[in-house]
Amino acid sequence: MQVDEETVRRIARLARIKVTDTEAKALEGELSGILDWVRQLDEVDTSAVEPMTRVTPMTLKMRADVVTDGGKADDILANAPAREDHFFVVPKVVE
Amino acid sequence: MLARWLWVPGLGLTPEAGKTTSGTDRVTDLTQLTLAEAREGLRSKRFSSAELTGAFLAAIEAGNKALNAYVLPTPEHALKQAAASDARLAKGDARPLEGLPLGIKDLYCTKGVRTTACSRILGEFTPTYESTVTQNLWDAGAVMLGKLNCDEFAMGSSNETSCFGPVVSPWRRKSSNVGLVPGGSSGGSSAAVAANLCLAATATDTGGSIRQPAAITGTVGIKPTYGRCSRYGIVAFASSLDQAGPIARTVRDAAIMLTHMASADAKDSTCADLPVPDYEAAVGKSVNGLKVGVPREYRIDGMPAEIEELWQQGIAWMKAAGASVQEVSLPHTKYALPAYYIVAPAECSSNLARYDGVRYGLRKEGRDLIDTYEATRAAGFGAEVRRRVLIGTYVLSAGYYDAYYIKAQKVRSLIKRDFEEAFAGVDVLLTPTTPGPAFGIGEVVGDPIQMYLNDVFTVTANMAGVPGISVPAGLSSEGTPLGLQLIGRPFDEETLFRAGQVIEDAAGRFPVPERWWA
Repeated sequence: MQVDEETVRRIARLARIKVTDTEAKALEGELSGILDWVRQLDEVDTSAVEPMTRVTPMTLKMRADVVTDGGKADDILANAPAREDHFFVVPKVVE
Repeated sequence: MLARWLWVPGLGLTPEAGKTTSGTDRVTDLTQLTLAEAREGLRSKRFSSAELTGAFLAAIEAGNKALNAYVLPTPEHALKQAAASDARLAKGDARPLEGLPLGIKDLYCTKGVRTTACSRILGEFTPTYESTVTQNLWDAGAVMLGKLNCDEFAMGSSNETSCFGPVVSPWRRKSSNVGLVPGGSSGGSSAAVAANLCLAATATDTGGSIRQPAAITGTVGIKPTYGRCSRYGIVAFASSLDQAGPIARTVRDAAIMLTHMASADAKDSTCADLPVPDYEAAVGKSVNGLKVGVPREYRIDGMPAEIEELWQQGIAWMKAAGASVQEVSLPHTKYALPAYYIVAPAECSSNLARYDGVRYGLRKEGRDLIDTYEATRAAGFGAEVRRRVLIGTYVLSAGYYDAYYIKAQKVRSLIKRDFEEAFAGVDVLLTPTTPGPAFGIGEVVGDPIQMYLNDVFTVTANMAGVPGISVPAGLSSEGTPLGLQLIGRPFDEETLFRAGQVIEDAAGRFPVPERWWA
C-alpha cells in the first residue's frame, strides 16, 4: 500500500497538522512502511468474529441526571492563551 | 577509617565499622531504602519525613542534570507535605503512605503543578484539578518530589521523544560510557527509581510503557487490569489501552503502591467498581500448585540466546518453588503488535484532537482559525506523535475504517479469546519482558517499526486488558538488566505479586553497580 503525497496532504488536513513539502515526502515513506506492515492482519480469518467493544466485561455506569459540577469558568479559562471575560478568544472563523 | 557516631535523640543511628556517618553517606543510605523499609523507618521514628524527603531532594539536585529523569522537581511542595506528614507521624495518626517521597510521571495532572505530557503543545499548562490516582496517593499521605520525564504523550519505548530531551539510564554497559535508554514511555520513572531519586514512581502502560522500562532498569513494574486504576486526570493516549501503575524497587513496594493507586471512580466510566485488595498480603504467599503457562508463540525468530536462557531459568525457579509449568498456545500472538499499531494510533488521533491552541497550551497564530490549528499542532507535536496521529487519522477515515480499524478490533477479540482459553488451564503465564537489554540513546533510528518491536512481548496484555508484571531476573552479557514477565487473569494482580516474589527471591535484586551520575 503506497501512500502518495496527495494522500499525506489529505490526512494532514483531516488531522489539522501543517506539513511542509519535505515533511510530506518523508511521511510518504514512513506511513507506507507502517501501513504495509500492518496489512499482515489480512492473514487472520475474522469472518466469524465481532470487533471488541469493551475491554473488560462491564456495564456502563449510570447516574441520576442532576448537575454535580460546573460554575467554575475561571478554572476553565485559567490556561487560555487568549481570553476576554469568560470567553476564549480565537482568530476569525468566517469571513 | 574512623567510625563517627551521629547522635540525634530518638533516632538511635549506629555507624557501621569503617564507614563515616558524614552528611553524604546519610543521604545515600536513606535514598537506598525500599519503600517498605522507609515506611518502617518513619513509623519507628528512626528518621523523619523531612529528613527522608530532604535526602531525595539532595540526590535529585546532584544527579538529575546527568540523568534528566525529572522535568520539574517540586522541592517546596515536597517539604510542605513532609512537614505535614511529620506532624501526623508524631501524633501516631499515620496514613498508609505517610511521608513517603514519590516521583510522578508528567502524564498525571497535578493541581497547581505544571503538567506537560513532555510535549511542547501543552506549554505551561497548569491543571486546576488532580488526577484520581495521584489524589489517592496524597490522601494516603505520600509526598511529591516532582514530575518525571516520559516519551511525548506516552508514545515511545526509549524516552527519546520527550520535548525535554532524553532520559539517560543510570545503567551502563560493562566498560562503556555510552548513554543507554531507560526504556519508555515511563523512562523518567524507571530511571528515577533505579537511581534512587525517589522511593517509587507512578507510570502508565499502553503497549508496555511500565513493564519494558522496568525490565531494562532492574526495577519492578506492573500494568494492572484495564479498569483497575482510574484514568481520570491522566493525559489520554489510547483510551482502551492506557492503564496507570507503579514502578518500584521490589515486588512488595509495587504491591504497596498499587494498593493505594487503585480505586473505584465515578469520574471514569471504564474504571471498575471493585474493591481493592491489600496486594501486599499476597507477597510471600506460596506458589505450591500454581499452574504456570509458557506460551510457545513468544519464542520468536531470532530471539537472543540469553533471553531464552533467562526464560528457562524462570521456569526452573517456578518449579523449584512448587509451581507446575506447561506449554500453552496463544495462536494470534504475532498479530498483536500490528493490530496495536492500528488501534492505538486511531485512538490517539481522536484523543489528541483537543490540542488546538484554543483552551490551553501552545498557540501559533494563523491567518484564520483552521490555520491556527494547523500551525499550532505542527509546532507543538513531535515527529513520533505526528506519525501516530496521521496513521490513526488514515485508518479511521472513510473507506479505510473497515479494512483497518474494524479488522484490528476483530483481531483484538481473538487475542483476548486466546488468553481466556489459556487461563482455563493455567493460572499465570511466564514470558520474557523484552527482546533484549537497553540499547544506546540514538542507536535505534530510521525505521519506526524497529522501535515498535521492543513491545512485542508486552502489547498483548494491553490488547486483552489483562494485568502484567515485570520482575528483574538477570543481567545481559553487557551487564545490563533483563526482566521476566508474568501475565494474569483480569483482576488477579494478587497472583502476579505472589509469583513475582518467587522470581525476586530466586534472582535477587539488581542495584546499579556504580553511581556515576552525581
